Parts: sequence; structure tokens; C-alpha cells
Amino acid sequence: MKNLKMSIAAMLLLTLSFANGQEKEKMNHDHATMKMDHSKMMNMNNDAKAEVILTDYLSLKEALVADNTKKAAEAGSKLVASFKAFDRTAYTGEEQMELIEIIADATEHAEHIVKSELDHQREHFKVLSKDMTDMVAITGTDKKLYEQFCPMYDGGTAWLSMNEDIKNPYYGSKMLTCGKVQKEIN
Amino acid sequence: MKAVKIIAIVLLVAFVGIQFMPVERNQSDGVPKTDFMLVNDVPSDIKNKLQVSCYDCHSNNTQYPWYNKVQPVAWFLEGHIKEGKAELNFNEWDSLSSRRKASKLRSIIKQIESGEMPMDSYTLIHKEAAFSEAEKQELIQWVERLKDSI
Repeated sequence: MKNLKMSIAAMLLLTLSFANGQEKEKMNHDHATMKMDHSKMMNMNNDAKAEVILTDYLSLKEALVADNTKKAAEAGSKLVASFKAFDRTAYTGEEQMELIEIIADATEHAEHIVKSELDHQREHFKVLSKDMTDMVAITGTDKKLYEQFCPMYDGGTAWLSMNEDIKNPYYGSKMLTCGKVQKEIN
Repeated sequence: MKAVKIIAIVLLVAFVGIQFMPVERNQSDGVPKTDFMLVNDVPSDIKNKLQVSCYDCHSNNTQYPWYNKVQPVAWFLEGHIKEGKAELNFNEWDSLSSRRKASKLRSIIKQIESGEMPMDSYTLIHKEAAFSEAEKQELIQWVERLKDSI
């Protein structure tokens, strides 16, 4: 009888672990088809869709400054959507190639931010910030931006902000004012 | 006691039954030209470690010892492989842009450092897939160097 009970217990456990595995499986990676258009060569200085991306990035930054995982995740999913809506046809062939790579990378980081804990969100935000800086270098922006730098986080890490005052998204309340402005954009 | 017996029999029948459900096996012939090992100069001990500890879920070829063919373990594994390959597929390494390669290498380092990968549920059975502290350091240093060279 004891053996029988043990085997029942074992089977129940197996069933449970299986159910758990299935649940975690849900993840949708959407690879949009990429088309390029070399005919249009005009480079706009105010790209409204790039501005939306930047705004979403900045609200993500605010959420991280406030140590707010949930808000960061919300901003992350907005960002995924605004990357998807981005229209690169107005840029040159070379710029488009670059933008495709930047957005592919940045989208992945934004997706991870949606489903991660705070410390992981910050790890992804680091690389996302690099992507955003490179994107802005191509698209330009009508916003006045400050590239800020914290020497302590992960061997030195930068981010973008609209305020000159330092509010550190990597440490939040733990070390809110760690960092300095290293560059002004516009 | 009779009820227990009946439940046991039902479960047993179910357990045997699910063995016949089809599973998609993660296996393919040959290694594509874009494979991580083919495009990078990987020392043999690192190569071996990656193959044993990572490739089961992060490539198009999974080694299937007998226990991986038993349900519901096989389903469980299938889910992880799908998720793992979506995240990183070593076989398709060279199709990534430099920017994404650097991102992936960074994530690999973080995951190994924090012990999130290889997953506990995986190393529980695949003892040989677990990293010793020394192996961990060696691997991280090597991946760091690769990342810096990109």
C-alpha cells in the first residue's frame, strides 16, 4: 500500500510540473517583415514617430527612477508598440540598415522589461539606453536632452533625460543623485 | 482503500496513455554555417561546456536520453526548448547584427553570473550540465573577451 501511495504522489508531481511548464510557454515573438525603400532620400528633422519612442523611453526611465516595476513594465510594452509603428522609409539606405538593427535590439530589451523584476529591468534599460542614444543620433529630436552617466552601475552606464538634474534610473531611491551630465543633445 | 486503488489505476492508465501523445523532437541534420562554434574561435573546453550545458535548449539539436522521452517530461522539455530557442539559438548566431550579438553576449554573462542559467530544473537531472565555480569564471571571462572583440 505504501508503494502505491508513493507512485500516486510521484505521478501527481509529474502532472503538476508539466502544467507549470506549459503556462510559462506563452510568449509571442513578432518579427515584422522588413522592407526597404531606397527611393526616398529626404531626412526629416522632426520624425513624429521617433518622438513617440523617445517619450515612451523617458516614461520608462521615470518608472525606474521611482523603483516602480509595474509602471516600468507598462512603459516597456508601450515602447514595444511604438518601435513597431516606427516608419523608416524617409531615411537613407544606410541609416535604415542601422535603424533596423537598433530597433530589433531595443525591442527585445523592451520585451524583457515587460516581464522582468526590477533589477533585470535595469540591466535591460542599460543597453536600451545605448540603442536610444544611437537612434536619436540618426533621427534627431526636437527635445533638449541630457546624456547622463553613472560611473558606479555595471562599470559605468549612461541614460537619457530631459532634465539637467540627476535622477538615477539604475539605483532609484537607493542612490538617486549618483551621476553627472556627460553630454547635451540639442 | 478501494477508492485509492481506483484513483491509482486511473492515474496509471493516464500516465501510460500520454506516452502515446506525439511530441515534436528538436532535431535537425547538419549544423548551419551560422553556428556559434563555426564563426568564432572557441577553445575546445569552452566548446564542450557550451554544447553540454546550453545547446539542448539553445540550438536546433537536443540530446534525448531516455528520460527526456518519457511524458510529461518530454512536454516540459519541449516548452523550454521553444522558449530557449526564441531567446537565443546558437545555430543561428551569425545571422545576428553586431549590436545584437553584443546584447546576447551580455545577457549570457549575466545569466551565468547569477546562476539563472543553466536552469536548476535542468541541471537536477543533467548533472554534467552544471558549472563549477571555476568553470563559471572561465566561461564568463571568455565570453567577456568575445564581447569586447565585437
